[in-house]
Amino acid sequence: MRNSAWRLTLPVVALAVALGACGADSSSQGDAAGADGIKVGVLHSLSGTMAISEVTVRDAELLAIEEINAAGGVLGKQLVPVVEDGASDWPTFAEKATKLIAQDKVATVFGGWTSASRKAMLPVFERRKALLWYPVQYEGLESSPYIFYTGATTNQQIVPGLDYLKEQGKKRIFLVGSDYVFPRTANKVIKAYAAANGMEILGEEYTPLGHTEYSTLVNKVVQAKPDAVFNTLNGDSNVAFFKQLKSAGVTAESMPTMSVSVAEEEVKGIGVDNIAGHLVAWNYYQTTDTPANSKFVSAFKAKYGADKVTSDPMEAGYNAVYLWAEAVKKAGTTEVEAVRKAAGGVALERPEGLVTIDGENQHMYKTARIGVVQPDGLIKEVWNSGEPIKPDPYLKGYPWAASLAAG
Amino acid sequence: MEAIVNQLPIGLSIGAVLLLIALGLTFTFGQMGVINMAHGEFIMAGAYTAYLLQGWAGGQAVLVALPVAFAVAGLMGLILERTAIRHFYGRPLDTLLLTWGVSLVLQQLARDLFGAPNVQVQAPGWLQGGIGIMPYNRMFILALAIGSVVAIWAYMNRSGQGRRMQAVMQNRRLAATSGIDTGRVDMRTFFIGSGLAGVAGVALTLIGPVGPALGTYYIVDAFLVVVAGGLGQLRGAVIAAAALGLLNSYAEFWSDASLAKVIVFGVIVAFLQFRPQGLFVVRSRALT
Repeated sequence: MRNSAWRLTLPVVALAVALGACGADSSSQGDAAGADGIKVGVLHSLSGTMAISEVTVRDAELLAIEEINAAGGVLGKQLVPVVEDGASDWPTFAEKATKLIAQDKVATVFGGWTSASRKAMLPVFERRKALLWYPVQYEGLESSPYIFYTGATTNQQIVPGLDYLKEQGKKRIFLVGSDYVFPRTANKVIKAYAAANGMEILGEEYTPLGHTEYSTLVNKVVQAKPDAVFNTLNGDSNVAFFKQLKSAGVTAESMPTMSVSVAEEEVKGIGVDNIAGHLVAWNYYQTTDTPANSKFVSAFKAKYGADKVTSDPMEAGYNAVYLWAEAVKKAGTTEVEAVRKAAGGVALERPEGLVTIDGENQHMYKTARIGVVQPDGLIKEVWNSGEPIKPDPYLKGYPWAASLAAG
Repeated sequence: MEAIVNQLPIGLSIGAVLLLIALGLTFTFGQMGVINMAHGEFIMAGAYTAYLLQGWAGGQAVLVALPVAFAVAGLMGLILERTAIRHFYGRPLDTLLLTWGVSLVLQQLARDLFGAPNVQVQAPGWLQGGIGIMPYNRMFILALAIGSVVAIWAYMNRSGQGRRMQAVMQNRRLAATSGIDTGRVDMRTFFIGSGLAGVAGVALTLIGPVGPALGTYYIVDAFLVVVAGGLGQLRGAVIAAAALGLLNSYAEFWSDASLAKVIVFGVIVAFLQFRPQGLFVVRSRALT
């Protein structure tokens, strides 16, 4: 027994380290595409902690590809998706992106969710001069010539979210987020906004991705007695956070949270009971009332099941495929530089309303929407910006953000 | 000040979660020396059992699921032990790789069966609310952990089967010579150890996510408790879980969640320098 204790301890510690890289599988399809198909890469986490969110975006992207193919494809050719698994592991994203570009020779890649995965892929796309369409709201302060950002940047989601809280008289805010680039950068923006708008930040707490023990954090929040919590947690942690927030007796009336990474899909896993009444900030909800949306929702349910919901990142991923296809049609080729040039000004009526590509920073004009989680699990819009907001990833149009762009 | 006092029950309830997830491991890892990386997936199986029983038991699914999950996870463990692990006794590194592979397979299986997104298990109405900072569901977990410890203690020390289990653990060859069917005892140990993981999984549905990756969030903590407590030591596991829970709670209170993890790991590493066998050691004359 005596010696074996050490012998057993060492491999366990070694494995604890290895667990971070756990679960890598990939599925490729379409090698048999032949000469007349256009290969496009779809790169999301299909396993690991981010799979909960990213699988749904993949589904939406595949639906868009299917629809475009059914309508005759692009430039007379069918799109052939090559699906890869980023496995919630950032180096894997870079590796799979390289594989898609170099080996599969895809025309473009749709993929990523966490900012960490985008930051890992960015140098790959810039070095190889390939295109990435990134479908998730993010922290801004970035504008790569080889990435199109179809989700919101800060001034289309976080700033409207703060505007709304201010309007509601919620001036004492507590910040809770996962410990990586998006929440940390987002909170810098929030603090700069708060300083300029007479809001007070009572606390700022980060937890590792995949963290599930929130009782201490909830205790800190409860002690600080904020008017509202601004929540930038990502992935499974949201489930634990909202369950434990509710068991601590915190209600949406007494202390609402404004979440920027919780959409319809996450609401299901969190449990409506635990999150009903809390606020979210996005550009799209399943309930958004546009003709394009009713078509999108019914097509998605028909393909993947009537119990499925649609969410903002799914819609942004779905849009990405259409926007790319439109740019390719305009350019008359899938060649990257030509597509980039043609993309500026491309405008489409999407489920969230009119989306226009800003040719300069390659972000989208998007309408901001604040919603409340309903007891049926869907999200009801309570405020919108009225018109698409011009993307401003470096917040140049906001005097209070002057110090951020530099850093 | 109030917050500091509040951290005490929070620490104990974190300790209760740690104890629940580690209890099964004190059997399989501690007593049999099997590094079972699939232990986390048995926890996951317990959580999904509660989810599946929801259609039938509704809001009381968590309660109904406790015995069922014990049986489901126990059977999974039994099958794993009979078909694979028993061929690898005495080869911890091989078992580690084998069970890690099994854990990946089980995760993917869950993803295929239940989908990648999390599912929701409804908490029973009588577990909503709480007294002060201590929610009823945390008290339930604490009570469940204490109940499990008492049950295991009674089984180990008051039943013939439990005593045979201890005999095999302390000296396998001598036990075998004395007429104990060690293969049977191994099966039983593995069944109970895995079953306890299932019970932990049901409890975790009250506070955390229920999804295919569930096991990976808890497996490292479970091993930490067993290693720090001393292999095969029930009271070691209890004390280690409580100590780690309190340490976690106060470290996070005074710093943040990321730093608290670092502090906990640091303390354990330092502790193992002084006591590589953990808190308690089985004194045995066996030549191992």
